[in-house]
Formats: sequence, structure tokens, C-alpha cells
Amino acid sequence: MKAIRTAMLLFICLTVTAGVIYPGVVTLIGQLAFPRQAMGNLVQKADGSPAGSLLIGQPFSDPKYFWSRPSATSDFPYNPLASGGSNLGPTNPDLLKQVADRVAALKASGLPGPAPADLVMASGSGLDPHIRLETALLQVYRVAGGRGLQEDRLRRLVQEQAEGRQLGFLGVDRVNVVKLNLALDNLK
Amino acid sequence: MENHVLLFDLAQIAALLVILTLLVKPLGSYMARVYQGERTWLSPALAPLENLLYKVAAIDRDQEMDWKQYAVAMLIFNGLGVLVVFAVLLLQGWLPLNPEKFPGFSWDLGLNTAVSFVTNTNWQSYSGEAAASYFSQVLALMVQQFLSAASGMAILMALIRGFARHTAETLGNFWVDLTRGTLYILLPLSLIAAIFLVSQGVIQNFSPYVKTTLIQSVQDAKGNAVTEQTLPMGPVAAQEAIKEVGTNGGGFFNANSAHPFENPTPLSNFVEILLILLIPAGLTYTFGRLVGSSRQGWAIYVAMLFLFIGALATLYLAESHGNPLVQKLGVPGISMEGKEVRFGLGGSVLFSSATTGTSCGAVNNMHDSLTPIGGLVPLMLILLGEIVFGGVGSGLYTMLAFVVIAVFVAGLMIGRTPEYLGKKLEVMEMWMSVVIVLSAGIVVLVFVSVALLVPEAVKAMANPGAHGLSEVLYAFASTANNNGSAFAGLNANTGFYNLMCAAAMVLGRFAPKVAVLAMAGSLVRKKYVPPSLGTLPTDQAPFIIWLVIVIVIVGALTFFPVLAMGPIVEHLIMRGGL
Repeated sequence: MKAIRTAMLLFICLTVTAGVIYPGVVTLIGQLAFPRQAMGNLVQKADGSPAGSLLIGQPFSDPKYFWSRPSATSDFPYNPLASGGSNLGPTNPDLLKQVADRVAALKASGLPGPAPADLVMASGSGLDPHIRLETALLQVYRVAGGRGLQEDRLRRLVQEQAEGRQLGFLGVDRVNVVKLNLALDNLK
Repeated sequence: MENHVLLFDLAQIAALLVILTLLVKPLGSYMARVYQGERTWLSPALAPLENLLYKVAAIDRDQEMDWKQYAVAMLIFNGLGVLVVFAVLLLQGWLPLNPEKFPGFSWDLGLNTAVSFVTNTNWQSYSGEAAASYFSQVLALMVQQFLSAASGMAILMALIRGFARHTAETLGNFWVDLTRGTLYILLPLSLIAAIFLVSQGVIQNFSPYVKTTLIQSVQDAKGNAVTEQTLPMGPVAAQEAIKEVGTNGGGFFNANSAHPFENPTPLSNFVEILLILLIPAGLTYTFGRLVGSSRQGWAIYVAMLFLFIGALATLYLAESHGNPLVQKLGVPGISMEGKEVRFGLGGSVLFSSATTGTSCGAVNNMHDSLTPIGGLVPLMLILLGEIVFGGVGSGLYTMLAFVVIAVFVAGLMIGRTPEYLGKKLEVMEMWMSVVIVLSAGIVVLVFVSVALLVPEAVKAMANPGAHGLSEVLYAFASTANNNGSAFAGLNANTGFYNLMCAAAMVLGRFAPKVAVLAMAGSLVRKKYVPPSLGTLPTDQAPFIIWLVIVIVIVGALTFFPVLAMGPIVEHLIMRGGL
């Protein structure tokens, strides 16, 4: 039947156009114009060793570091091979228990004031590199204590690392925890 | 919640809707030219390629098809798509561009995924970074993101020609509509969008995954030390662009547009939302232009905008109140479970409304973790048939079926002959409109009932109680309406869900499509009836309001009982400790 033949030929043509030429052009332009972004915004430590991506969050539990958000990825938190959220519903007892445990842990660490939502609830990607600016500032006392640094100096560092609203109105004031902790290690 | 946050969120919403509205006319008239076969400003670059494709495939661009030929061509082309994608997914272990050496999909998952991408659903029971090779992602899945979108738009064009032409037989040429939609609309928009997204940090490469050292090592669940992170790579930006432009929604990664490599900044998020709405909104103008009255197109746009704002406001309000159960634990403010910090509340709920009001289904936050009313809104937008602003093509043809029903019912109530755009609406049009509007809903209700009777299907729920029902309801709402988003806690990669969802996607996509073509075939034969005093004007405020009422009533009557047992009960539990 002629329609089947036409369908097959057109299918091949459009597959080459949309599946070979198009991604080829995007890769070429992307790699030439934005090589760092196209390769994942990889970062190095001060000694040049690879330290992950600025876009992909990392887990931190040591009091000497700023803590990032809880992550629900399988095997271990911030596992980039298993992106995703907890998918716990709002009335699920498991969610409420997890939140209660995290609130208690934050209290035990001496965090002042009520627990910030971004530090006790897991992100959608499980890889969120950010916390809110206020949430970072709340942790200054602990990191300063852990490192024997002046709180003022740390507060300045956090403010320097803060990312404001894009174009002045999009998003929220936030801090990239990976970037902040790398800068912290470079302070010495 | 702080007032200044609300102001920024309102500014973002206002900016989005203003930009969208400003783009409706230029994009809409451009698309009208494309489907009329006229020259466009891209013709110098694309016409040689277009002509080459027609030559290779032996297509006579002037040969018109009647509705049956058009339907057969569409079904053959989409059937071929299922076969090819299915084969690629099963065989990917032997195919190139597979640096992580992923094995082939199981047959039921492969079939589910193939159907999913061909039907523009992009329901994903697999996790991209852990299961799909670059070859599969690009040459099987991404290609279908173009072709399924172009198919949807082609069907809409056939219906529009059914209204626009009089006493004729044919509705255009499916091959030409498919080709021109892909080359002149989807590819240029995607190319610009993809490069912009790379500039924001969306990755685009074919490298193997990258191993890096963690800044601070941690312990995994078993107590072993974890010192490394493996970063997935891939040609993400190219797919990210068409994923939104074609209202497909299938992400490169499991976390979809919540993933920082898919959606790294608040601006990339804003642009992705705009891309999701762009073509569906523009098509309303294309429609108006082609039926000879752009006011008719604007009337539909306004009805859509009205529904969109209503849904968005409800969702925003529900989420801004947060989860009282969590607040009682000493955590003030909104619930952040499943949400990303960088998008803020405005960027999250705007995305959720856009992706479910269209047939997109990409997500930048986890809908399973929304508050009950917050989760009800996306669910309801899907159940209404994704008409706000709808999937590319599919949204507007479903909306036009609602228009036909609204005209007919109004005609009965005030004793006027039901006519729309100079065509008498008769038995055939009513039957087909009912099929278009109700087929997905019937599939949803029947399939959910079946799932609740199958112990294995009930066990797949991740959350207990009413929320578990919402998960199953959302799964079949999403697949039957070709959305693809999920209450993703549900473990849907089982034989039962893979096959049932595949069946729901096929029925939900092709039953309405064939009905649309049958209606178009009936309309195109009718002669033009000039408007008289007895004609109901369909481009004025009273009709627009009436249309919105009809949509809400049909949706509410069909789905209220099951919604009451799912999200509404959960809301009462959460608020009042029911």
C-alpha cells in the first residue's frame, strides 16, 4: 500500500532531520558558545581535583560546613543517578515523622528559631544545590564555631555568595551550598 | 507569608501572561501561513529541505485527502512510530551511543514507553539517567516528541479546514501538514529555545557520565562510606526544548524539570513555562485567522485564560497556606517537600498549572507532595481534557468540541438553531463531540475502578488512605489524557500499570483524534449558512462565560464523586483532623 511506503520514507527523513541534524546543531553551537554550561558547570577544589558540579547539590553533615537540603534519592542522599523526590503526600505519617526527626536534629545542633522549611523537607530533584539565604545565615553560628572563624566574616562570605532574584523578580534570594562550602574551604 | 514574596510572584505571573498574550498574534498568524502552504520568512532556508523530503518520500503536496484517508495516514504513521521506538528500546544494548552500557527495556516497559511518546503523553515508568541510552533518548524518544506534536497539530488543521471550507470533501494532506509543522514551527522554536537553555546551564553533550569526589564524604543507608558522586551527562538541552515546545513533557532525567541539569535557573524555568503555553495559545489565533474571524479565536483564548487564572489562583492559594500538620511540628511557612528552592512558590505553581492545563506533563516540583487542594488543581486541569491552553493541536480540538456542545445546549435552551461559524451542528457533530470530550473520562473512571479491584495495583500505592486513591486516579487521568505527569510515588513500573496505562494512552489519544477527523469530514461537506438574527454570536462575552460554565459543569459532573473520595477527603483530614 502506498501510504505505508510514504509513511516509512517520511519517517526516515524526519528522523534524520529532528534526530540527527537538530541535536547536532544544538550540540555544536552549545559547545562552542557555552562550553562550561554544556558540560555541566563542573568545578574543582583549590588543588585542582574535581569537586562536582555547581548545579548538582551535595550532602553535608559536618558542623564545619553549611548544610544542604534533605534529599530523598535512593542509596545515599544527593545520588545523581537516582534523581527524584520522596513523593510523600501531605498527610503521610512517614513525612510527618521525617520532618519531626529533622526538626529535632536541628534543635540538637543548636539552630536558633523555628526550623526553616527548606532544611527539613526534601527537594523534588533530590539534587537541589540551593538553600534560602536566611537558611544559610541561620547556620553561620555553627560553622563559625566549628572552624574557629568570626561570625561577621562568615556572614560576609554568605552575602557575597548569595544569588538574588534573576532579572530582579524571578526566583528567591538563595545560596548555592556547593559553591559556598568550596569558598569556605578556600578561606584558609 | 511575606507580602513582598507575593508581589514578586504576582509580577512573575503577570509578566508571563502579558508576554504570552503579546505573542499570540504574531505566532498565530505565522502558523496560519505555514499550514496554508504559503511562503514564510523561513522559506529561503527551509523550502529546499522541505522539497527534498517530499521528493525522497514521493509526496505530491497538492494531493488532498478526505477524512478517512487523512485518518489512515495518521494511524499508519503513528503505528510505525510505536514499532520503531519499541524496537530501539528493546535493542538499545546492541545499539551505539550507549556509554553507560544500559541493557534493553523489558517488553512491557518498552511497549508502555513507545506508546507513551508516540501519543504525546510522555508517561515515564523508567528513570532516564539509569535506563535510557543517548541513542534511545535522541533517535527514538526525542524524534517522537517532534512527530507526536506535529501529528496533533495536523489533526487540528484538518478540523479547522472542516469549518473553513464549504461543500467540499477534502481536509488537506496529512504528510504535508506533518512535515510543515515539524520544519517550520517545532524545529526553529526548539533550536532557539535549546541554545538559550544551554546558556542557563542545561547540559548538551554526548560524554560518558563523570565521576567526581564529594566535598564531604557521607554514609549510605547501610553505613558504607560514600566519597564520590557520578554526574549523568547527555544531550539534554535539545530534548528539553521540544519537550516543552511540543507539550510532550518527557524528561531526560527522572526528576524532569526539577532536575538542575534540565531547569537550572529561575529564568530557564520562566522560559520553559512560556514554551509550554506558546503554541497552544498561538493556535487560537491561527484558528480565528483560518475561519475568517480572528475574534472567534480570541474568544476561545479568553475562555482559556479565564480558566487558567482560576486554576492558578486556587493552586497558589492552597500552597501558600502550607501544610498545617507540618506547621504544627514547628516549621512555619509553605511546604517545601518536593519543591526546589530556586523557583520559589510562584515559579513552582505556575509550572504545575501550565504543564497540566496543556498535555505537557513535565514537572518542576513533585505533584504527589502538593497539599490536597494543590494536587486537586493539576488533576482537575488534566481531567477537563487539557484545554487550558491545551496540548499542541489536541487542546484546541478538544476545546472546539466543548464549543460545539456549548452552542448546541445554548441553542436548545433559547430555541435557536445550533450553528457555529456558518455550519449547522447536527447529530454527527454532537456524537463526535461527545466522544472527544468524554472518551478519556470514561477510560479514567473504568480503569481506576479496575485497578482498585486488583490487589497488585493497590499495593503499588506509595501513600496510605485517600492519597493512595489520588495516586491511582492521577495515573489514569494523566495517561488517558496524554499528559504524562504523575503522583510519582505510585510504583507504576509493573506489568499491570505498564499495560493498562499503555491501553489508556492509546484509547485517550486515538479515539478522540479519529472522532475529530470524522467531525471534520462531516463539517466540510456542509454548505455555508450566513448568520441571521437567529444565530447565537460566539465571539462575545456571554458566550465565553457560557462556554466556561459548560466546561466546569461537564468536568464536575463526571469526576466529582471520585475527587471527593481522594483529594477532597484528604483536605478535610489535613485541615480538621477528620
